[in-house]
Amino acid sequence: MIHARGLVKRFGDFTAVAGIDLDVAPGEAFGFLGPNGAGKSSTMRMISCVSMPSAGELRILGMDPVRQGPAIRARLGVCPQLDNLDPDLTVRENLTTYARYFGLSRAQARERAEELLDFAQLREKAGSRVEPLSGGMKRRLTIARAMVNDPDLVLLDEPTTGLDPQARHLLWERLFRLKQRGVTLVLTTHYMDEAEQLCDRLVVMDGGRIVAEGSPRSLIERYSSAEVVELRFGDRVLREVVPELEGVADRVDVLPDRILVYAKDGDGALSEVHRRGLAPSSVLVRRSSLEDVFLHLTGRTLVD
Amino acid sequence: MVTLAVARRVSAGRVGAVVGRNVGALRSGASYWLVLVSGFFEPLLYLLSIGVGVGALVGSVPAGDGRVVSYAVFVAPAMLAASAMNGALAETTFNFFFKMRYAKTFEAILATPVRPVEVALGELCWAMVRSSVYTALFLVVMVVLRLADPWWAVAAFPATMLVGLAFGAVGMAASTLLRGWQDFDLISAAQFSLFLFSGTFSPVGDYPLVLRVLVEALPLYHAVELVRGLTLGAPGWAALGHAAYLVAMVVAGLWFAARRIERVLCA
Repeated sequence: MIHARGLVKRFGDFTAVAGIDLDVAPGEAFGFLGPNGAGKSSTMRMISCVSMPSAGELRILGMDPVRQGPAIRARLGVCPQLDNLDPDLTVRENLTTYARYFGLSRAQARERAEELLDFAQLREKAGSRVEPLSGGMKRRLTIARAMVNDPDLVLLDEPTTGLDPQARHLLWERLFRLKQRGVTLVLTTHYMDEAEQLCDRLVVMDGGRIVAEGSPRSLIERYSSAEVVELRFGDRVLREVVPELEGVADRVDVLPDRILVYAKDGDGALSEVHRRGLAPSSVLVRRSSLEDVFLHLTGRTLVD
Repeated sequence: MVTLAVARRVSAGRVGAVVGRNVGALRSGASYWLVLVSGFFEPLLYLLSIGVGVGALVGSVPAGDGRVVSYAVFVAPAMLAASAMNGALAETTFNFFFKMRYAKTFEAILATPVRPVEVALGELCWAMVRSSVYTALFLVVMVVLRLADPWWAVAAFPATMLVGLAFGAVGMAASTLLRGWQDFDLISAAQFSLFLFSGTFSPVGDYPLVLRVLVEALPLYHAVELVRGLTLGAPGWAALGHAAYLVAMVVAGLWFAARRIERVLCA
């Protein structure tokens, strides 16, 4: 579905995407993970054939985005990061109008809109304007709109950012249904749980490059330990505790309020901690998550 | 050659879909109707106050073709051309800018097979529809007030469509360059200056040479002259020159606007 080699996007002197290789197979759910400014959205815009690559090779659905943009876009569904629904139109008209851009007849557009109103659970709101809808409703409408041409490939840029937990879960369930129907999904996110829920395979991007690639499970195995022990020490200065933890685990990470101990066997590491006479004020042994991988690979410094 | 290459790649269906979006917005928004109505009354009030009111003091003026006509007959076609300009500009400046920069309407459209030039064409067609609604009503008023012969009024209608296209295209091109709402003051100032000084209220033949050359370079001058020739029932060969000027505005404005939409939204 997507094939990229040495893909680059430059804006003037700034390089947003610094040469990435990608292959996405039909039916796959593929994720781009990374902090803000990692180059995820620029990559998505190139894949959606809106923005042209500055260098490298890109093939979408076997076609060339530079020469066959409209033909490719006819088979894509795009859900942008910020909702760009039409404020002058009703919910239903947003769907029918969008269908017309893809060349559907008026009758087809109406029929398709009715199906999608059910898919997005927006039937009661069909005659309403867009503006009074909740964030979750707008998001569902944007995704429904992206489905209007029955696309082979759906691109979702941070589909659940800013939504409450109920809205996110409903959205995930809808996206999962699409996946079951064999639609290829490509999404960007910085929510680890979202990536773990939805993606078969993902890449972690940082500074315009791909820094890791694999399934969520394999990334955790490769870049983190099986388990993580979180230790808190009340008022003690955490840096002073670190030397005493020497040899307890593969890796130790100091956060402002706690120490993360990465170990294959969390309970084993914890008993070693106690054996050394350390008395943490609170303890949590948990499975390693994609978040640990993410923070390990892209660092803890805030990027804006 | 270039126009041919563009024409071959433009899809009438996709342009139609962009126009259809605006029809939909019109149907579901009461506020839009209000704007439409106010845009029609402005030139009409000028016609009544200055054309008829001041005209009673002025009496007659030379029409430019040797004839002498009443002042209202002289001013009416200028107001007609101005209403075509205003209608088209209202659409391709305020509304266009909002759709391009704030509502992200074009961003959404460009994610579909629709191309930037098709967005520009669709928006321009719609602007022409709006301006034609104004001019059609205005022509009816002119015929009712006996300021134009009915058949010449019919003949003038396509000319006002061309005027709408020309100002719509140039306005759209300008809108793509605006940085924010404050820049609309520039457009309003330009629009009002054109309205006052394009041979609208006084015959250009009376001007000193320098001023005359200056005025004859202005776009609304050509629109006024083209339309006036028709409503007075005496179009001359110069009409072809005026029409050519307006066609050049359409082509240049469209080309520039399409390029800018691509630059800004497809970076």
